[in-house]
Amino acid sequence: MASMLSEKAPAAVAAGAAPRRRARRTAWRAAGFVVPVWLYVLCFYVYPLASNVKMGFQNYSVASFYTGSAPFIGFADYTAIFRNPQFVSIVVNTVLFTLGSLAFQFAIGMALAVFFRRVFPLGGVLRSLLLVPWLLPLVVSGTVWRWMMYNDSGVINYTLLHLHLIGQPVPWLASTNMSLVAVIIVNIWVGIPFNMVILYGGLQALPEQVFEAAALDGANAWQRFTRITLPMLRPVILVVLTLGLIYTVKVFDVIMIVTQGGPANSSQTLTTFAYDLSFNQLLFGQGAAVGNILILVAVVFAAIYLRAVRDDGEARR
Amino acid sequence: MNAKTRRILGTTVGILIVAVMLFPLYWMLDASFLNSTELVSTTPTWFPLHGTLAGYRNVLSSQGGHLFVSLIVSVGTVVVTLLISAPAAYGMAKLRVPGRRLLLFALLVAQMIPGIVMANSFYVAANDLGLLNSPIALILADSTLAVPFATLILHSFLRGVPDELGEAAAIDGASRLRTFRSVILPVSRNAMITAGLFSFLFAWADFLFAVTLTTQDNHAPITVGIYRYIGANLTDWNSVMATGVIASIPAALLLIIAQRYVAAGIGSAATKD
Repeated sequence: MASMLSEKAPAAVAAGAAPRRRARRTAWRAAGFVVPVWLYVLCFYVYPLASNVKMGFQNYSVASFYTGSAPFIGFADYTAIFRNPQFVSIVVNTVLFTLGSLAFQFAIGMALAVFFRRVFPLGGVLRSLLLVPWLLPLVVSGTVWRWMMYNDSGVINYTLLHLHLIGQPVPWLASTNMSLVAVIIVNIWVGIPFNMVILYGGLQALPEQVFEAAALDGANAWQRFTRITLPMLRPVILVVLTLGLIYTVKVFDVIMIVTQGGPANSSQTLTTFAYDLSFNQLLFGQGAAVGNILILVAVVFAAIYLRAVRDDGEARR
Repeated sequence: MNAKTRRILGTTVGILIVAVMLFPLYWMLDASFLNSTELVSTTPTWFPLHGTLAGYRNVLSSQGGHLFVSLIVSVGTVVVTLLISAPAAYGMAKLRVPGRRLLLFALLVAQMIPGIVMANSFYVAANDLGLLNSPIALILADSTLAVPFATLILHSFLRGVPDELGEAAAIDGASRLRTFRSVILPVSRNAMITAGLFSFLFAWADFLFAVTLTTQDNHAPITVGIYRYIGANLTDWNSVMATGVIASIPAALLLIIAQRYVAAGIGSAATKD
């Protein structure tokens, strides 16, 4: 018995090991399919991130392009930014831009999502037509809005004047008080479709019976919305808001096209400020430092987003 | 209120909402046909009844080069994106390569990196490599907008494709590469088209990389063309708007086509027969 076992054992081991070895070999061969994407991630996401973090500690200016060297200067780029007389107002602009955009995108997107849940002729077609603003190049929509917001010949002022909503033309783009409002309005318009689509999807996933039961119990439409829809939609709402936040903080095209951050920095946000530092003033170190602040903001909200997605997944399981 | 009036009311309100939301698009089309006196008039011209095609003629003469650059860059971006994404999605969804969860996570996070950070680094890198104003630099930069999206969409499509499909090919002695080429790619044709169309659109609409990586006007794509146009000509709005209309056409066309593929895409073509 013992001798038989000992004779058999190596064969059995070998028989077991061969497929395993083969499996490992095929696993390695399979890895060939993902090696390119890993290299891509390293070269085109990790490297730019790391190099931007590094540049934030360097005196990287136009001279660096000629000499090929950029001395390390510790936190000097950051102190220069914090001491910049514009910095506080730019941070305030960024917060106002983000919150203002998000609040209205979300509220209008939600209202439209609820509205398009009704069944009526052409509902589906009209809903998909609303996606068009989302799909156009932002440069194009920004340009149109700029044309519409003109002082004298703009259609917005003309309409508001004739509806007697304003007494005189609003200098949307020319006034330091209005430029931020102008870019927020454009960005709300851009963001409504995204909010509507995701919230509509979330609403469609809610079980119909709950609403019917609540209606039978005498809850009116507003009560059903605040007591049932909103709480049940919570995970989706969290995802929409955090994703919206991440995307809004990095908005560049809309502001650059509509106001270019002006007049006098009145619609400048951290993103356009970083661009201005790097590509207009050629202070790449400081531009990178502002970029790093943006990364920090993105990391915080990405963490919230990922947690929301995970909790949502667990709740559904 | 009976059901019929409710439905009619729904459609009416729906049309009103769409009309308000899409008004800027109509206004672009309208302005693109206006003549020079109508453009500076303080009363808006609601319908371009005395329209002119001067704007469109201007576009063809002054923006044709930018449109061509955009086309090259967008097609290049589609090619690069699919070359990277399709094998990656297959490896993750069907071959269960180790580290796939980490990879998915990395791609999800990559979409959140602020573009200005990437632009800063890409500019320095492109400058060092002598690639400023080269379509190659723009293609590679624009592909970073598309690769995560394309990989995620192809991955979720391939996860829905039954494993037996690939296994049957493997039993027939096909290598992984052959299985990928002659089974997986044909089956996921619609998902590939969708991923490709969106990659095209991302590259076509890109402004940030375009404005940072091209310093010479004749190498700039159409988005930068429009940007410099509105900077230079503040009276020539019919030409600006005509450029906008033309720049929107590929997006509109591709999306009409894509909608069909998105609808037909997931699940259908996989295991018929």
